Amino acid sequence: MWDSFKLIVLGVIAVFAAIAANYARDLAYQVNALTVMLAAGLAFLWVLRAMDNPDRKLALAGAPSEYLDGPVRAGVIATAFWGVVGFLVGVVIAAQLAWPSLNFSDALEGFANFGKLRPLHTSAVIFAFGGNALIATSFYVVQRSCATRLWGGNAGWFVFWGYNLFIVLAATGYILGATHSKEYAEPEWYVDLWLTIVWVVYLLIYLGTIMKRREPHIYVANWFYLAFIVTIAMLHIVNNLAMPVSLFGSKSVPLFAGVQDAMTQWWYGHNAVGFFLTAGFLGMMYYFIPKQAERPVYSYKLSIIHFWALIFMYIWAGPHHLHYTALPEWAATLGMVFSIMLWMPSWGGMINGLMTLSGAWDKLRTDPILRMMVVAVGFYGMATFEGPMMSIKAVNSLSHYTDWTIGHVHSGALGWNGMITFGALYYLTPRLWGRERLYSTAAVSWHFWLATIGLVLYASSMWVSGIMEGLMWREVDSQGFLVNAFADTVIAKYPMLVVRTLGGVFYLAGGIIMAWNLWATVARQPRIASNRVAVPAE
Amino acid sequence: MDRYSFLRQLADSWVLLALTLVFIGVVLFVWRPGSRRLHRDAAESIFRNETRPAPEPTEAETGANRKEVE
Repeated sequence: MWDSFKLIVLGVIAVFAAIAANYARDLAYQVNALTVMLAAGLAFLWVLRAMDNPDRKLALAGAPSEYLDGPVRAGVIATAFWGVVGFLVGVVIAAQLAWPSLNFSDALEGFANFGKLRPLHTSAVIFAFGGNALIATSFYVVQRSCATRLWGGNAGWFVFWGYNLFIVLAATGYILGATHSKEYAEPEWYVDLWLTIVWVVYLLIYLGTIMKRREPHIYVANWFYLAFIVTIAMLHIVNNLAMPVSLFGSKSVPLFAGVQDAMTQWWYGHNAVGFFLTAGFLGMMYYFIPKQAERPVYSYKLSIIHFWALIFMYIWAGPHHLHYTALPEWAATLGMVFSIMLWMPSWGGMINGLMTLSGAWDKLRTDPILRMMVVAVGFYGMATFEGPMMSIKAVNSLSHYTDWTIGHVHSGALGWNGMITFGALYYLTPRLWGRERLYSTAAVSWHFWLATIGLVLYASSMWVSGIMEGLMWREVDSQGFLVNAFADTVIAKYPMLVVRTLGGVFYLAGGIIMAWNLWATVARQPRIASNRVAVPAE
Repeated sequence: MDRYSFLRQLADSWVLLALTLVFIGVVLFVWRPGSRRLHRDAAESIFRNETRPAPEPTEAETGANRKEVE
């Protein structure tokens, strides 16, 4: 019955997508409609073939006494894949900034220009790499810490495939010209609607699992994950309020305009940083660091205070993106003050993560995975010190619109989000596929050093470049005229842009080594049946 | 008074006070007497049930355990 219902829904979607592709008013919409048609068609075939399969009933018989790890495994693969893709696009656009001829504007008719690839890079690393990592780890953590199977049957699979369909739709849309032009919220209206559906299912699964938990307490990592899911839902819906021009076109008109629109955008944008890239990844930190160090978190009380302090403060910090604009002065000051206050809980969390190793510091010598996680926490601390400093108006007047901002974002993203995700992937892969250990610990060390050196090259070159840019822009002569033209700063930045590209290449190389190592862990080692997970790999 | 000014004044007076008090209350609640044992238990909960879910609680356990924890 339920399967028949699914077939009807998928059939209707496929037919409507075919009609939409036919009536499409622009290329991006047409390609996206065809993608949806294909996805719905494949899902239709999948459901149809599995419908009366007796093996499936057999496989589901013992399900309640096992964890649902299929979507987690798929999420680990997707995270590694999108990570390498996202880093690669990042290296390409970094090289394009240093050597503009790499845009190949004539040969590719502008389709691979920096302006098209840049949102592709940010979405690939934040939403595809980071998002898949968050969904996979959250499913893993919520089941273990609640001691119960994921709620909602196969809804976990729906979230995985639905989220990755969202990524494919968004990415192809950017290249073909469908964009809201709002930073980190570029996907157009129908992609936004699809993500909303997926996200609500994700929230329901998460809440359902927590509600049927067999542990009395909700472990703190789940609080962070839940805050991430709930807040992203709110931010996503409010910032993407828009009226489509046509049901068969990708263009839409946002509900807000002018400074209200800007404020809504940066309320969204900064809380995407605060709740997607911070709260969600803190959920990872509070589970995987204690597990890898094999000792409980340093102070559970501090972790609860860390949580509530972040929740109460982060949401107000957005206006610091709009210093010296049409935004009212008081709003900018509010954003600045709350950003500075955020320093405290952030460092409380950092100390909590680092001190979890107290008495086990020797593990850092022998365990490159733990080393990666600790460096991640270190970069969390550094980025959350640099951020509040840059939100101060006087500092911001120098740093804003320069490469310093880019350097800051990347020390947070590559250092904190990237490193903690790599650590989690290394932790998860042997356990999820029932392998005794990772294929190569030496390769993890190589990855660690490549990533760290790449990161240092990146951040330091962007500091030099950013501060130089800021100083050149504001330099005036004795008559009060500006000394430098914009193009002068571009020429002066060239060496730093090359170093930044090199840093990116290092980081990408580390990512490729990781992908190989994870693949070899599963493909080149025998499965140990009794160990950890007894479910066969899919 | 127009709505903007009203909301703005409300936000930086009573609502600010209320939110600050709630926050302080949360922090104080964390330090309540008797929380240490619960927090230690919660912090160690991730080292249980690594490979499979906890078994269905039995009748006797539900009565005793539930009362204690809820």
